[in-house]
Amino acid sequence: MAEQLNSMLSLRGLTRRFGGLTAVDAIDLDLAKGELVSIIGPNGAGKTTLFNLITGLDRPDAGEVRFEGQDVTGFSPERLAGEGIARTFQLGRVFGNLSVMDNVLIGAHTRLRAVKPTVPVIGPLLELGLALLRPSSVRNEEERLREEVKAILARFGERLLPRIDQPAYSLSYANRRRVEIARALALQPRLLLLDEPTAGMNPTETAEMQALVAELKAEGLTILLIEHKLEMVMRLSDCVIVMDEGKKIAEGPGEVVRSDPKVIEAYLGHGLSGTSEQESAA
Amino acid sequence: MSSWLDYTINGLIVGNVYALVAVGLALIFGVSRLINFAQGSIYLVGAYIGWVAVVQLHTPLPLTIIVVAVAAAIVGLIIERFGLRPLQNSVRIAPLLATIGISFVLDQLVMLTFSPNPRALPSQLPDVRFQVGGGTIGPLDLLIAGVGLTSALLLFVFLRYSKLGWAVRATAQDRDAAMQMGVDVNRVNQAVFGIAAALGGVSGLLVGMYYNQIDTAMSLQATLKGVVAEVVGGAGNVPGAVIGSLLLGLVESYGVAVFGTSYRNLFAFLLLVVVLVLRPNGLFASARQAPPEPLTGTFIAPSRPVRIPRWALAVAAAIFAILPLFPVSFYVLQTLINAWLLGMLALSLTLVAGTIGQVSLGHAALLAIGAYTSALLSLTLNVPVGLAIIGGGLMSAALGTLLISPSFRLRGHYVSIATLAIGEIVSLVILNWESVTRGPIGISGIPPLSLFGTELISPTSIYWFSFAVMVVLALLQGRLLTSHLGRSFRAIRDDDIAARAYGLSLNRYKSLAFIFGGFAAGVSGGIAAHLYSYINHETFNTQQSILALTVVILGGLGNVVGAMLGAVALVGLPEVFRIAAEYRILIYGIVLLLLVRFRPQGLLGTI
Repeated sequence: MAEQLNSMLSLRGLTRRFGGLTAVDAIDLDLAKGELVSIIGPNGAGKTTLFNLITGLDRPDAGEVRFEGQDVTGFSPERLAGEGIARTFQLGRVFGNLSVMDNVLIGAHTRLRAVKPTVPVIGPLLELGLALLRPSSVRNEEERLREEVKAILARFGERLLPRIDQPAYSLSYANRRRVEIARALALQPRLLLLDEPTAGMNPTETAEMQALVAELKAEGLTILLIEHKLEMVMRLSDCVIVMDEGKKIAEGPGEVVRSDPKVIEAYLGHGLSGTSEQESAA
Repeated sequence: MSSWLDYTINGLIVGNVYALVAVGLALIFGVSRLINFAQGSIYLVGAYIGWVAVVQLHTPLPLTIIVVAVAAAIVGLIIERFGLRPLQNSVRIAPLLATIGISFVLDQLVMLTFSPNPRALPSQLPDVRFQVGGGTIGPLDLLIAGVGLTSALLLFVFLRYSKLGWAVRATAQDRDAAMQMGVDVNRVNQAVFGIAAALGGVSGLLVGMYYNQIDTAMSLQATLKGVVAEVVGGAGNVPGAVIGSLLLGLVESYGVAVFGTSYRNLFAFLLLVVVLVLRPNGLFASARQAPPEPLTGTFIAPSRPVRIPRWALAVAAAIFAILPLFPVSFYVLQTLINAWLLGMLALSLTLVAGTIGQVSLGHAALLAIGAYTSALLSLTLNVPVGLAIIGGGLMSAALGTLLISPSFRLRGHYVSIATLAIGEIVSLVILNWESVTRGPIGISGIPPLSLFGTELISPTSIYWFSFAVMVVLALLQGRLLTSHLGRSFRAIRDDDIAARAYGLSLNRYKSLAFIFGGFAAGVSGGIAAHLYSYINHETFNTQQSILALTVVILGGLGNVVGAMLGAVALVGLPEVFRIAAEYRILIYGIVLLLLVRFRPQGLLGTI
């Protein structure tokens, strides 16, 4: 029962079919507050589709998503962001023409209060008026968020702060991933979904990212992680879930899952896809 | 009963003609994910080549068809080779803008060569009617049906059994995979453009014969109808395009039967908007599809905007403000007044197309709404002109946003189609809603501009008034861009999926952008109405939408200063060089093409 009280995210029988292909097949998953659960599996196992279902970018054909006990199945992504779910994307979807500062400020969008009065019907018009007039409440809020963004960027050392006014398209691949994570943190999420945060990073950068994720976990953030670099997964995860062809084939502590014959078969049996994955990650 | 059969036959025949255009569009969309806005221009070219062949060269019918098909195919190949292939690795907005530019250049070339007056294109078939059931059918109907069926069959055989046809289908399914397997994608593109152009050209010829009349306005209509049919059938779906065309033909034909001829196009565009809203992937699309994942920031060209210091802007504004104090000619003031009016429209469009990425092709409709509202308020309700213009702005903001809202869930090319159609709908409603808009007669005797009871008649006062309004709108828009709304709009443009994942509602922010932009465009239309003193449904046409788009691209998408600079340049330079009026649109089209190719970020850069 205690576990249920602490439940942050729970999936029951979540299923998504594309034509004849079942990309996500009856997945159950429980994530308690403060836990870090990793999802691993070969390419095409349905991991990113699962993320899309949780964050509302795609709708499940069957099953249920509960967030903090509330049934949020089929909620729009903007509403789920408002509920406190933030995610990063596998392909690094930063806003290319926005500066690093503006990218991360977008992350704080759901936390705007002064400039977004919650008045029905005329709320948007008030928002337009307030954006043009900018009374002190709006200016202060914006100023406060800007300071906060700088604090978030400081977590990445000197990687992003010197580039704060540069457009995101000019950043290196690794820096774009960092901007994505900074943007997610600006939402002050209660649940953070990271989709391959270290893809395309060299060993030093990966180590930095691993340290950051460990730090976030230590701060009590609940994290769902998709990651191919097994060493990072083994170090950070409270629990590892292995997916293959849409199904959950193993679940448990890292060491146990690692030696599970089904898992080894999934990786080696799909040897080709496993290799190409390593190549694309490198 | 018999008349219903006639309407059905007519609908199917017209549908067959649309199918020839739509199939080409579907093929092109299939292999290059591009809606070819120049398809209607090829249809136009086909009709005029047919006219030359029939009237000047007296070719027999089979030869006429072959001549038209070959000539149109050559035009298609030229478009592919020189217009689109250089843009292959360019941003996604580039080929869209390029086909719009090509379409304008082709239309203008035809107009300059043959004059805009309609010409008769005689059918080369005997004029007899056969009784079929309760209706009648003529040889031309049979020819059109025959050409439609034959081309469908040939196309089927080509796609299914020829090696190049296989390559076309493979490219349509997965371009990258096809390339890796050694398919020459350039050859596939050539084949597809050639076939599409040949079909489009023959279609133009047949329509010209069917109505025994051709004119340059056919082009836009054909593009619109073809696109409607293609989208109804599902973009890129070739059999779907045929069924969509027949459906469109029938809907129009029955609509005309019930409501009258002037409603024909209204039905086509309403069908389009309904399909786009309810089934954006077309009537025959299988399941809902996961949205494609665009790479970051590839819709518009990434660039660093040129920073112009504030003092320089202030100096420039001051110079333009005191200009009338110097002995400048009436002609210069008149030209600059036109530039300021266009500048307001460009401010509106640069926000909508540039800042939030909704490339609107129906922006002139917002001018029309503002102009009619302001004119009617001042004429029928005696509202002071200053207030009436603001009323026009507000009406344009409200009504424009409401009308365009069905397109908010669409992206890229679909937005352009939807806005084009919505623009046409506005123009048709103005034409048909006689009790309010006075229909085709238009509104005359609109009171002149006035401010606080003083009439602004002198060019100097009109100059100051329009310049001041534009500067105020520009300052407001600049302020908007530095607010949280500016970054929200730009985030939605760069990646709407990531924006939604961070809580940005597309409906809310696209509405706000159109409300703000609609106001500026409505005010511009309102001022124009009082300046011209006469307006009708054709005063604000698609050419103005395209001109505004060229201004926006020239200045730099989303760039406020760029919009005003672009307006002065595009209105002023033709005057400086004394370019004759009929060549101007041709030049605008060429400027658009050159910009897309060589400086997609415009003069001052994207913001």
